[in-house]
Amino acid sequence: MANKILEKRVLRSDLFYFRIEAPELAKKAKAGQFVVVRADDNGERIPLSLANIDPDRGTISLLVQTIGVTSTKLSTLSVGDEIKDIAGPMGHKTPIEKYGRVILVGGGFGAAPLYPIGRAMKEAGNTVISITGARSADLLVYEKELGEFSDKVLISTDDGSKGHKGLVTEVLKNEIEANGADLVIAVGPAIMMKFASLTTKPYNVKTLVSLNPIMVDGTGMCGACRVSVGGKTMFGCTDGPDFDGHLVDWDLLMSRQRTYLVEEKEAMEAYTCSCAPHS
Amino acid sequence: MAETKIREYTKEEIKEIRKSRTPIPEQEPIVRGKNFEEVALGYTEEQALREANRCMACKKRDCVAGCPVEVPIPEFIQLVREGDFTGAAKKIKEKNSLPAICGRVCPQESQCESLCTLGKKMEPVAIGRLERFVADYERAHGGGGEVAKPKPTGFKVAVVGSGPAGLTVASDLAKIGHEVTIFEALHKAGGVLVYGIPEFRLPKAIVQSEVDGIASLGVKFELDSVVGKLYTVDELLERGFDAVFIGSGAGLPMFMNIPGENLNGVYSANEFLTRTNLMKAYLFPEYDTPIKKGKHVAVVGGGNVAMDSARTALRLGADKVYLVYRRSMEELPARKEEVHHAVEEGIDFKLLTNPVEIIGEDGWVKGIKCVQMELGEPDESGRRRPVVVKGSDFVIDVDTVVMSIGTGSNPIIPESTPGLELTKRGYIVADETGATSKPGVFAGGDIVTGSATVILAAGAGRRAADTIHEYLMSKVKN
Repeated sequence: MANKILEKRVLRSDLFYFRIEAPELAKKAKAGQFVVVRADDNGERIPLSLANIDPDRGTISLLVQTIGVTSTKLSTLSVGDEIKDIAGPMGHKTPIEKYGRVILVGGGFGAAPLYPIGRAMKEAGNTVISITGARSADLLVYEKELGEFSDKVLISTDDGSKGHKGLVTEVLKNEIEANGADLVIAVGPAIMMKFASLTTKPYNVKTLVSLNPIMVDGTGMCGACRVSVGGKTMFGCTDGPDFDGHLVDWDLLMSRQRTYLVEEKEAMEAYTCSCAPHS
Repeated sequence: MAETKIREYTKEEIKEIRKSRTPIPEQEPIVRGKNFEEVALGYTEEQALREANRCMACKKRDCVAGCPVEVPIPEFIQLVREGDFTGAAKKIKEKNSLPAICGRVCPQESQCESLCTLGKKMEPVAIGRLERFVADYERAHGGGGEVAKPKPTGFKVAVVGSGPAGLTVASDLAKIGHEVTIFEALHKAGGVLVYGIPEFRLPKAIVQSEVDGIASLGVKFELDSVVGKLYTVDELLERGFDAVFIGSGAGLPMFMNIPGENLNGVYSANEFLTRTNLMKAYLFPEYDTPIKKGKHVAVVGGGNVAMDSARTALRLGADKVYLVYRRSMEELPARKEEVHHAVEEGIDFKLLTNPVEIIGEDGWVKGIKCVQMELGEPDESGRRRPVVVKGSDFVIDVDTVVMSIGTGSNPIIPESTPGLELTKRGYIVADETGATSKPGVFAGGDIVTGSATVILAAGAGRRAADTIHEYLMSKVKN
């Protein structure tokens, strides 16, 4: 069978790294693309960014943050287990070319797609600066990995336990002011991407964001992933996932992401209940 | 060979039964509106025999001409009359690989049954119900007794999409001995038969049984395989497939481009139905995929998909479901039976009504603002063009809106297949035989015609299978 887990790492209590055998996908996928994953027969289809693509080893990597039922189910899988369904690579690849100075901004699971994107940007001859943050130093992930190709890795923490005390957007602002930038790529929670885009706007630095709307099929068939970009409705899956951050209607994205909050809670309770040991 | 006790009808009895078609048992509207089980329950053997005896076995055979795949209708009905139900199923399968499905979802009233000679004076023979009966009988009695494996030809064919077109092509080619692999983007085979058409109209177990039957012919299914992304069409040809058939369907939902369409609670029919059917959101939280179970739902559109959406909304627990359609009852493109069922179940038809805005509050749908229409001069489709009645706007209070105004061409295959000629609207250009502008590449179904019916897609698949077979055989000679 396919989609066998070859490596699993716990990056944080709520964040898991999986390297998965998927030779065809690994051959085809490019930085910035994503896959649609289903954990089991009753499972939901959820989009996940590709955290690494290794055509030589025939593997792809995913970063799973436990938020809902599917991510929680995935987090319980171990090396040797198989992931029920992985379909892709979906969406367009990130346009890799020589821009000059490229700043990557990401936090948590958002750091995942930045790894293949950053590597490719470096290989294309760019100077790559990575900015990542967390609430505190112990929650930071991917710092080392980003360091593999970055000319510089800048850190921010809310509590100041490492790097700049404050937000990644402040680090971004300082970096643009000090050294300028030709391209900013921000990936992570919508609120972070929104503020990263607002930060770069006054400097007129082109800013790409990788949008994460709710999806079902991931192939353009259902239209659940509608986003508004420059006043035009687009599909996150077939038109994206990368869009111009300065043109995205962020409030709409965040509102649509909240569509199933009530149901997600209900599903989580049902799932936790069914998994609880019988007393 | 008769498998059942045949009831002989006298001439007088036949005269009597010809007057009206044998009713098909159905779940009561009030009951079925609350469950996802099949609405029509199917004929019993006695009912099927009665209905088969209504057929005049006339020489004209107009019914066959009315069938997109030319099922030998009088012949299969004769076998039913003789009590040879399995034989009848085999007779249909000579022309149609998916009788259990077509018997349920074909628009017979505008095809075979519309041309029935009996129907000129009385009600036409219920051909669809008989087709369904024999297919169900065969499945229940394991009468398949599968055909001997044909001698392998050594040719390999890739089929893109496992909907009605793809399944038909695969089945036809496998029966001749070609090695067929179906590439399906979703995690389950069946295409629109599993994601689109609801359980209450086409039970998924029936689709699965057809899929299993095709797999038993040796057809391989590669699920989760998005052609155009995981492999391009050219890569399939490079990988040793001698021909590629594209039957990817019309998968790109259209919206009206009116204000408020991105509010929470606005679905495309594709999303609404996919969540419910493929992902089984009606069994949430047993299944993980949620759906908003609206209390007051407006479905915009008038096709079969709109009927499916409205009736699905009802079954999800809506108190009130409106069907908003800009023309009148006469122009409704949906099958008569679906409209009839929807009316019976209490769907409120807001005809000559067109939405102009979806009204929201805090990001959620609160209502749909519509204008009243009247019918003006006929348009290019020959139907009278609906014209807005000035100052007629009004609001229907709803919390959910389902847009069911059609689908466009999905861009994934066109974008990734150089040399494939497309229409202005992005559909693949293919001739009657299924041949495209690209050598070795064939296409059929909704990706060529735009949204149409299961049987038209199956018909296109059948013709394409003939064309592909000829194409492969010509390669032998060269």
